[in-house]
Amino acid sequence: MSVSSSSPAPLHLAVALDGAGRHPAAWREPGARPAELFTARYWAGLAAEAETGLLDFITFEDGLALQSSSPTGPDGRTDRVRGRLDAVLTAARVAPLTRHIGLVPAVTATHTEPFHISKAIATLDHVSRGRAGLRIQVSELDHEARHFGRRTAPFADGELYAEAADHVEVIRRLWDSWEDDAEIRDVATGRFVDREKLHHIDFEGRHFSVRGPSITPRPPQGQPVVSAAGDGEASYALIARSAEVGYVAARDGDGTRAAVAAIRRAREATGLAADPLHLFGDLTVFLDADAPAAAARLERLDALAGVPYARDGAVFTGSPGQLADLLLERRAAGLSGFLLRPGVIAHDLPALTRGLVPELQRRGAFRQEYEADTLRGLLGLDRPANRYARPAA
Amino acid sequence: MSSKPLKQIHLAAHFPGVNNTTVWSDPAAGSHIDFDSFIHFAQTAERAKFDFLFLAEGLRLREQGGEIYDLDVVGRPDTFTVLAALAAVTERLGLTGTINSTFNEPYEVARQFATLDHLSQGRAAWNVVTSWDSFTGENFRRGGFLPREDRYSRAQEFLATANVLFDSWNGSEIAADAGSGTFLRDARAGAFAHRSRHFDIEGHFNVPRSPQGRPVIFQAGDSEEGREFAAAGADAIFGRYGTLDAGREFYADVKGRLAGHGRTHDQLKILPAATFVLGDTDAQARELAHEVRRLQVSGQTAIKYLEHVWNRDLSAYDPDGPLPEVDPLVGENTIALGRASVRQFRDPLATARQWRELARAKSLSIRELVIRTTADQTFVGSAATIAESINTLVQADAADGFILVPHITPGGLDGFADSVVPLLQERGVFRTEYEGTTLRDHLGLATPAPVPAPAPDPAS
Ligand SMILES: Cc1cc2nc3c(=O)[nH]c(=O)nc-3n(C[C@H](O)[C@H](O)[C@H](O)COP(=O)(O)O)c2cc1C
Repeated sequence: MSVSSSSPAPLHLAVALDGAGRHPAAWREPGARPAELFTARYWAGLAAEAETGLLDFITFEDGLALQSSSPTGPDGRTDRVRGRLDAVLTAARVAPLTRHIGLVPAVTATHTEPFHISKAIATLDHVSRGRAGLRIQVSELDHEARHFGRRTAPFADGELYAEAADHVEVIRRLWDSWEDDAEIRDVATGRFVDREKLHHIDFEGRHFSVRGPSITPRPPQGQPVVSAAGDGEASYALIARSAEVGYVAARDGDGTRAAVAAIRRAREATGLAADPLHLFGDLTVFLDADAPAAAARLERLDALAGVPYARDGAVFTGSPGQLADLLLERRAAGLSGFLLRPGVIAHDLPALTRGLVPELQRRGAFRQEYEADTLRGLLGLDRPANRYARPAA
Repeated sequence: MSSKPLKQIHLAAHFPGVNNTTVWSDPAAGSHIDFDSFIHFAQTAERAKFDFLFLAEGLRLREQGGEIYDLDVVGRPDTFTVLAALAAVTERLGLTGTINSTFNEPYEVARQFATLDHLSQGRAAWNVVTSWDSFTGENFRRGGFLPREDRYSRAQEFLATANVLFDSWNGSEIAADAGSGTFLRDARAGAFAHRSRHFDIEGHFNVPRSPQGRPVIFQAGDSEEGREFAAAGADAIFGRYGTLDAGREFYADVKGRLAGHGRTHDQLKILPAATFVLGDTDAQARELAHEVRRLQVSGQTAIKYLEHVWNRDLSAYDPDGPLPEVDPLVGENTIALGRASVRQFRDPLATARQWRELARAKSLSIRELVIRTTADQTFVGSAATIAESINTLVQADAADGFILVPHITPGGLDGFADSVVPLLQERGVFRTEYEGTTLRDHLGLATPAPVPAPAPDPAS
């Protein structure tokens, strides 16, 4: 099949949800409902809004420390959102209330057990009927490590990412540790499962070893979608080795091209170049009817917060039309989708679903309806074969 | 007639996933994994106004004789994830998850339970189990690092640490006042420090205080240490004694320990696991019960079960023949791995002797012996008989209620909900409507006030 150059593949769109939004003053905006951040109703409402916009997936951001503007510990601020719910549970809580949208919670590899994470994401896939993914991340924060008392900083960057890659490897082997047809319920022989189709994974790595098999049968997608953010060589290596979706937070087209090239090179070095890998631009958005309105809103938010929002990051202010222009231009730099972070969820999430999405649809660059029931399906990824299954004779 | 007011019965439902009572061969048996099964089961329990749904946990697939055990239902979802999803399709039903204290860390588990309590508006409960074996440990970073005798010291410290974390927010910190820009009233929200033998941690817990403050705490372990652990800090026990005499003994023993921990009789509920077979008449139920037992214990299953006690390969024995004359191998059980049930045979030589005597006296084959001595149904009969039995046991202080384990997934609770529950309601011993919204409300447990933690030591 050939794809004509005049109609490239439609964009994929995801939205990153965290508290009231990316901007520290987001919770003070009209409609932000800051007192409800720890309720199911709040998250169900956001997921429903994202689903009306036909987005590919939602990420649920998370961390194992209190949010802070300081890397060395809590900043003691009382004027910003502090506290967050566990992302995997929040994703599971909204799963039965949604039908199509992918659910991608963040998980910190540095402090979790891959065995627990594997079955949690497999279960998210079971309860959502094939819409689970995860966003794997590392933590070099010493004050976060002290919540666990298991290890002490400093951590070498490369070491943390190498451990995260092992973490993902274990997760993936465990997902495959049950073949799809392991459950046989063979009344004649009295066997519930065929033990030939259950596999010890026997992972041995530098940081841990895991025997397996999983306690949870293979999830509907076979392998839920693994994603990770790219910000430097160590993280590129993790994306290259372990992910189906990588997030690239470059500021401009050149930065994007450089990051894409570096990740693709790393992918080739792993020997996985033939496997599909989506690279998504990671972008904070302040979306209004026009650029001056968006800039004015950001200024007002900055004044409330008392500090300007990190302008050197990948931040967009402007109209849906301008954002569509930018996304299509960045696509040309090698991206197939975007992870958009609403500056103010109450404002910018509906602006994305009701402003950006119709704009992209008009340009033939985004879906008109959900074309698949699984996250892999939405991302155009096949359901992978099981690594342990013997090929049919 | 006694003038004592009637006790209110607590009822809960154990999702019939992995266990050795599920009759998976029954044509009515559905998936134990599909979320639809969980929805059906949970909604039936809620329709019947049950206190809670209960999930067991095992962190490694069972193996026997060096092979994965294949005769029972295998496979289960992750406890937290499935309970969080169930919170979306139920409104009042408590959600009790079994979570191991050996192969987890307090910060993460406390976070997950606090989150579940938020997402369910106060319906979370934690069954703290202490399985410690290195076989299970092979699935975890730390491996089998815990000696058996330390399982409860870690569990106790784990729970104490989790309580410090739950109490690190007192519930009044969040102002969320957009006008003044005050999100937190108190910058110290979540601050904690805890040092003990097993845990040396400090920092800030990042989930605000949840509706129940702390999840309801269950204990399921039957040793002396387990009973003390429950008396010291649990809100309820998931026990194994569902008969009048054994139940009363256990009940009196455990409740008798409460005073020693400065607690009152009402602060700990005793809820044994119970199976049931319901028929239109008692006679029909008995017939059905016999049939269910035959389906639960095949010849192969009987031999495997015997191996739990004998701790040796008995595959050469005929299930329809007599019990082995060889004695059990005493010591750590090496033949059956990952099974909680093997731990109940604390004196295998005595058990083998009793079983041989019983088999000889009644001329029982291996299979018949196993059918008779294991997992016998707790309640068998018509709806009226079962309602009567449950009420009798509860009023006689053999239990405060029961955690029912149906033998069919997921429809095994339907008949009970439709016929037994209304009879208990008629007698005035079971609620007709939920009176409160939280699981603590259902169980008649007070919501704990946060215990202020000592200020973290800045010097360290
Ligand atoms: C009724 C009952 C149910 C249990 N359920 C589980 C379970 O679901 N998962 C588990 O790992 N252990 C379970 N256990 C075993 C516990 O892990 C228990 O802590 C273990 O047997 C060691 O404690 P003990 O020596 O005090 O019995 C159960 C025990 C009982 C009595």
